[in-house]
Amino acid sequence: MDEKIRSILAEHGRFPIDVADIGDDEDLFAAGMTSHASVNVMLALEEEFDMEFPESMLNKSTFESVTAIRSALAGLTGS
Amino acid sequence: MSSGTSIRVGADLVMVGQVADSIACFGDRYLRRIYTEHEIDSCGGAPSVASAGLAARFAAKEATLKVLRPTGHRPEWRSIEVRRHHGGWCSMSLTGHAAELATRAGLGELAVSLTHEEGIAAAVVVALVSESAGAF
Repeated sequence: MDEKIRSILAEHGRFPIDVADIGDDEDLFAAGMTSHASVNVMLALEEEFDMEFPESMLNKSTFESVTAIRSALAGLTGS
Repeated sequence: MSSGTSIRVGADLVMVGQVADSIACFGDRYLRRIYTEHEIDSCGGAPSVASAGLAARFAAKEATLKVLRPTGHRPEWRSIEVRRHHGGWCSMSLTGHAAELATRAGLGELAVSLTHEEGIAAAVVVALVSESAGAF
């Protein structure tokens, strides 16, 4: 799962640095991801994992780190 | 200004090309998740023109969030709407959780200004705060 998350972050996160250099718990917004880019990341994750984030999870905290995204996906997909 | 009020200001800018890329990549799913029917209808015309209008509206939604200052659940994108009036000027309309946050904070009407130029769109949102209502 982490590999897919990082691949999506690399494609849609518009980071000024290599995603490989971002730690699992590092703040993605502090690393350069904008709110608009986070929307693209959310839509790409939904496509990849065939699910939809409920409105209640559309907080910055859901997408603030690789760990947070992994945790959100695990809760939604049951994996 | 009277002593019972203060002002909140939010500003944001968005690259028009990034909105165009999102539409190209995610199409209707991107549009319907972020923008209201009215906002989409307000941004017709050539793709470059539509993208600029939508980018300005996304900036307005972000600027409004900076005014609302949510600490927990973030309002849904479509609950923060840019209403375009016949004269060409715009105003902000809030519904749902966004409207609740504004009421709790004692915010009055939200004024907005949109602009775009050379691939960059920006918005500024200003609101008066009634300090007695926003004291929580």
